[in-house]
Amino acid sequence: MKFSSKIKITLRKSILDPQGKAIEHSLKSIGYDSILDTRIGKFIELLVEADSPEKAKQITDDACKKLLANPVMEDYEFETTEL
Amino acid sequence: MSKAKIGVVVFPGSNCDHDAYNVCKHVLNADTKFLWHKDGSIEDRNVIILPGGFSYGDYLRCGAISRFSSIMTDVIRFADNGGIVIGICNGFQVLCESGLLPGALLRNENLKFICKTVSLKVENNKSIFTGKYDIKEDINIPIAHGEGNYYCDENTLSELISNNQILFSYNENPNGSLFNIAGIQSKHRNVLGMMPHPERASEKLLGNDDGKRLFESVVESIL
Repeated sequence: MKFSSKIKITLRKSILDPQGKAIEHSLKSIGYDSILDTRIGKFIELLVEADSPEKAKQITDDACKKLLANPVMEDYEFETTEL
Repeated sequence: MSKAKIGVVVFPGSNCDHDAYNVCKHVLNADTKFLWHKDGSIEDRNVIILPGGFSYGDYLRCGAISRFSSIMTDVIRFADNGGIVIGICNGFQVLCESGLLPGALLRNENLKFICKTVSLKVENNKSIFTGKYDIKEDINIPIAHGEGNYYCDENTLSELISNNQILFSYNENPNGSLFNIAGIQSKHRNVLGMMPHPERASEKLLGNDDGKRLFESVVESIL
């Protein structure tokens, strides 16, 4: 079975995100006063072969922990769907 | 004669490897050789330098991919057994990614790549890396990085302070680093990571040799 894992990685909330801030200021300067906060992150998509959805999630989580995200500075979340 | 046998690791994208090699080999006359990142062993080397540069194009996160290079397994084994490892700039990022040093290096606070000589304070001269400096001595060393903003959590910072692990701090913080941290050593004092480039400031001929004593301290510590 093949699965698609869509992973979102962002800087941890406690860490200042200067890129997000710069974008936020730009959004404000063109009139978006209702946008209160902007955070920037990464999007990674994996094609995973596994016997079950649980196994595919486990492989994705393991890859995030080992390489794709750095827990010192980043949070991640993902969705895995069967193809 | 020092028994130092220095190995400078070359990753794809390293670009300060030759500077580090030059200082060790031709300025200090130490036994020095390059180690290719695909090699599985550091051979007979007893000092390992992870040089500056943009290994693997800084893809994903700086140092994240190099950390899984074949040679890093042996470098980690070597460091865990007390071996001396020095990471400069990208090398510091690799050491943080590999867990040999705590914390991480974030984007510079002003989002700019900063390339200039900065003033550092030697915070601790009782280390194998800084023995030839005076305590609280100010030295000028160049920096050249976009991701040098040192970050760690509060508990880690208090440990760094109480264990005297902070070796160098910025006199004027250029990048937003926590506690002005420019360079730290590991808890067991055998691993150094620093963003500034001492290898680029080790010859009077090139205008500044404030960095030379770092390499001399290490080489002379191995008798």
